[in-house]
This record gives sequence, C-alpha cells and structure tokens, in this order.
Amino acid sequence: MKRTDINTAGGSPAQGPGRFNSSTILYLVLLALALVAPAVLYPIFLVKVLCVALFALAFNLLIGYGGLLSFGHAMFFGGASYITGHAMLVWGWPTELGILVGVVFSTLLGVVAGLIAIRRQGIYFAMVTLALAQMVYFIFLQMPFTGGEDGIQNVPRRAVFGFIDIANDTTLYYVVLTIFVFGFLFIYRTIHSPFGQVLKAIRENEDRATSLGYHTTRFKLLAFVLSAGLAGLAGATKVVVFQIATLTDVTWQMSGEVVLMTLVGGLGTVFGPVVGAAIIITMQDYLATFGEWVLVIQGVTFVIMVSLFRRGVVGEIAALINRVR
Amino acid sequence: MSDYIIETSGLTKSFKGFTAVNGVDLRIRRGAIHALIGPNGAGKTTCFNLITKFLEPSEGRILYKGEDITRMKPADIARLGMVRSFQISATFPHLTVLENVRVALQRPLGTAFFFWRSETSLDGLNDRAMQLLDEVGLAEFAGAQAASLSYGRKRALELATTVALDPEVLLLDEPTSGMGREDIERITSLIKRVAVNRTILMVEHNLSVVSELSDRITVLARGQILAEGSYLEVSSNPEVVDAYMGSGHA
Ligand SMILES: Nc1ncnc2c1ncn2[C@@H]1O[C@H](COP(=O)(O)OP(=O)(O)OP(=O)(O)O)[C@@H](O)[C@H]1O
Ligand SMILES: [Mg+2]
Repeated sequence: MKRTDINTAGGSPAQGPGRFNSSTILYLVLLALALVAPAVLYPIFLVKVLCVALFALAFNLLIGYGGLLSFGHAMFFGGASYITGHAMLVWGWPTELGILVGVVFSTLLGVVAGLIAIRRQGIYFAMVTLALAQMVYFIFLQMPFTGGEDGIQNVPRRAVFGFIDIANDTTLYYVVLTIFVFGFLFIYRTIHSPFGQVLKAIRENEDRATSLGYHTTRFKLLAFVLSAGLAGLAGATKVVVFQIATLTDVTWQMSGEVVLMTLVGGLGTVFGPVVGAAIIITMQDYLATFGEWVLVIQGVTFVIMVSLFRRGVVGEIAALINRVR
Repeated sequence: MSDYIIETSGLTKSFKGFTAVNGVDLRIRRGAIHALIGPNGAGKTTCFNLITKFLEPSEGRILYKGEDITRMKPADIARLGMVRSFQISATFPHLTVLENVRVALQRPLGTAFFFWRSETSLDGLNDRAMQLLDEVGLAEFAGAQAASLSYGRKRALELATTVALDPEVLLLDEPTSGMGREDIERITSLIKRVAVNRTILMVEHNLSVVSELSDRITVLARGQILAEGSYLEVSSNPEVVDAYMGSGHA
C-alpha cells in the first residue's frame, strides 16, 4: 500500500509494485540527463536553474504539502546568501562551512518568523510573512556588512572540502547538482514520512486533524522551519556560484517569483517547482534584451498559464497520464 | 469516581451579543448513548464545539472524568480520549481511504514529527486499518481516494477514523444526515457496536435513530435545555412537541 505516485500531491489509489519501478526508472533517467546536461547546455545556466529550483522546491514543501502560502520566502533565500557571502569573504570560511552558517541562519530566522506567523490563516499568513520579509529587507539594507545597494561582491570560490576545485564551471555544476539532489531527497523523504502524512492531513482538513489529537500549529511550524532552511541552502549555494549577494535576493519581488515558478510548474507536485524554475529562468535569459518588458511578458505568460493549466505544467501532465491509464 | 463522564455547568457561548448556548448543565453518564436533539439553530453543534474546545466558552465549566478541562486545547481533549466528528463529513479527501484511518492510528506511535523516517514505518498499521475498514464495509475501497467515496461511505470512513483512536467518548454530530435508508441502518448498527464499553454523545435529527439508540435524551431549544429523559418521556412532553412543531419538524 505504499504510496509511490511521483507527481500528485495527496494520496492516490494504491498501486502495485510495477508503478514503483517505473517511477524509480524515471528518477534514474532524469539523474542521467542531469549528469550529461553540461555537455549540451551552459553549466552556469544550469547551475542557476538548480539554485532557483531548490528554492522553489523549498517553497512548495510549505504551500503544496502544508497548505501555507508564504509571501516572504526571499528573507530566507536572500538572508542566507548575505550570511554565507560575509562568512566566506570577510571571515575567510571554507565553502562548506559558509553554506552551513547560511542554512543555520535561515533556519533560525524560520523559527522566529514561523512563531509569529503560523497561527494566522490564509491570506493573513501571507501578509504577515510579507511584512516580516520587508522588515528583514530593511534591516539588511541598513546593516553596513551587506554593502547596501552594492551588495557583497567578489565572494571567493574556495575548493570544497579543500580539494574539489569549483573555479571550473563544470565541476561547480556537479557540486551544485549534488547539493540539489540532497535537497530534493530531503524534501521527498519529508513528504513521504510519518510527519508528511500528518502534514498532508492537516492541509486537507485542519479541524479534523485537531480532533484526532494533533497540535496542528506545531506541525505547520516544523514545515515552515524546514522550508526556510532549504530556501537558505538555495540562497547560500547561489552566493557561492555567482560570488555576489545582493538586495535583489531579499526583495518582495523574489518572494513573488518563487510563487510564480511553483504555480507555473505545478503546486504540490514533486517536479513542478523544478520545471517552473526552468521555464522562468529560460524566459528571463532569452528575453533579457527586452529590458523592463520582461516583467510584462512574464506577467502575461503567467496569467495565460494559470488560466489554461490550472494544475501547472507538471500537474496537467500527471492528470493526463492518470486519465489515459 | 463519578457516574458522569462529562459534566458541564452553566455552559454559555455568546457570538457578538447573540447567545447560542445559554447556561447549559449537561451530565453524560459513563457508558450511555446520550442524544442531544432540538430544532435547527438550537445550539447543539455549538455545544459540541464547546465541550471539545473548538470554541472558547463565554462562561461555565466543563468537567471530563471529574477533571476541569475548560481551559484545554482541542488536541489535548482528543488525547484524553474524547473524540468528535463533524456535522459536515470530515475526511482527508486527497488521502486514500486506508491513509485516512492510518493517520489516526499513527498518533500513538509518537513518530508524527519524524520527517526523516520513511513512511513505510507506518506499514505495520495497515492490518489494523484494514480491519477497521472492514468493520464499516469499506475494505474494498482501501486504495481509493476518500474524495471519490459516496456521502454515506464518507461518513462511515469518518466513524472508522474516530474509532481508530479507541476513544472513551465519541461525540457524533448528525452521523446519519444526508443518508439513504440502507446507509442509515448500517451506521445505526455500527454505532451500537462501537458503543460497547464507550460513551456516546450524539446530535441527531432522525428521531427513529434516536429512539433506537439512545438511553437518554436532552432537548435543546434556543440555547437552553428544554427537557431531559427517556425517549418516551421526552416525546410526550408538550413543550418539546411545541418546539419541534414551531420550527417545522415532525
Ligand atoms: N461562529 C458563529 N458565529 C455566529 N453565530 C453562530 C456561530 N456558530 C453558530 N452560530 C449561531 O448559533 C446558533 C446555534 O447554532 P448551532 O450550529 O449550534 O445549531 P444546531 O443546533 O447545531 O443547528 P443544526 O440542527 O442546524 O445543526 C445559530 O443561530 C447559529 O447561527
Ligand atoms: Mg448542528
């Protein structure tokens, strides 16, 4: 009776062992594709997609499985990138410790923000997270170590564990891919754990979960903190890749972008956020010459996609496969 | 130990000036099936919400097994062994039927926060879950999404989920509402079976179900207790007949 669906958010009919094999094969094929991807596409483009996709995955853990819409996730993404950037540039910390301290920071920030926001429902939760993120933005803008409008620049790319030289873009790609796969598996396990079961139940019917004796706010808080930590991992990785931490990553636009990517890809689907991130980043790259118009084109695409594919790209494909079967 | 498993005194709830429940003294005998009846809007569901702490009482006290639970959290009430159902069927629609029951069964394992452990660690509960589903005639739907069940079956699933916690007290809010005759008969006999060694407080509009099941009946009207007694006593009370006629009930 193990749930082995690869795409749908909630439960699905019990499937035989055959399905398990087919989804395992799918994962292996995707991994193989990811391994050879740098031969075809620019590693830096791929790395950017991976970082942002990890951010979207973290966000999706919260909304897709916890039913909580955060509109302030940039505080974790951008916050961690500042802390990691500072630790590596000023304190001279090695890459792995730099990333770690960024993740610790965003996790702790997640505890604080979560405790304040988690009791609010629906749109009020979104508003409180937005307000908190704006405060964090303001604090980072004022603090001297962030370099204000300039950000933290020239963060060194130190060899990982002292011997994996990430100055080379292809090597860097594989390091980031490893981090991404770790994040992906972490989320996958979380969703498919005893905790994940209760979290989904709470998303489905919070009052009923309460009546069964679950203190629902504690579960939502844990989901929030895990999501914050993973968003931080994405932000910390990004600063290592691009060697710069800027205000852009803590703005509300960044919080909005991750909502966009998740919705376009498919909310509450395992791969949706990855696909959504790839689509949005590709669009931004190809449309860069249009300047400010990128935002307009993005907005229009978003409206069209959300009205045509309510479940997002991956969600629609999954629904199609289920119908055919 | 007191004979009464639930006792309320002066239980009152006001919503912005409107008093939905007004000074209710309810005493539920241990092991009884106790029905709470009354016309629409009498305050029955509100009483349930107060006793299970889904709502804060404006005034009054609630005792459970002699312990004051007036300030407790709803999840802790459930942990004490008092589990409620809802007037509108409450399942987890996008979980499978089996998973619905298992969510209840998994609580005593104490692994609910283990996000690092595989959900296969819950597979040991599947047999017990299937057994519970079998008792309510849902075994063949174990793998289906709860959302795909008919209304009557959803209510049966809800009951199985509640029973999975092995509660001492069940509060059932209109367990047969919206059901056809066959479903009603099935649920009624199920409630009878479940009631062995348990206490049941039940809101129910179907008077034949009430007369068949309940040991004692409390009639609520406009937030206050109008009458209390056996089915015969209550149904021959002219005030009760009036209250029901007045609101268009038979
Ligand atoms: N949250 C609330 N806010 C304001 N008024 C409420 C609220 N909940 C219930 N009421 C009011 O309190 C009164 C009692 O409602 P309640 O749901 O307890 O009735 P009931 O006896 O369960 O009726 P029914 O048989 O229709 O289920 C109604 O007039 C209702 O409108
Ligand atoms: Mg009611």
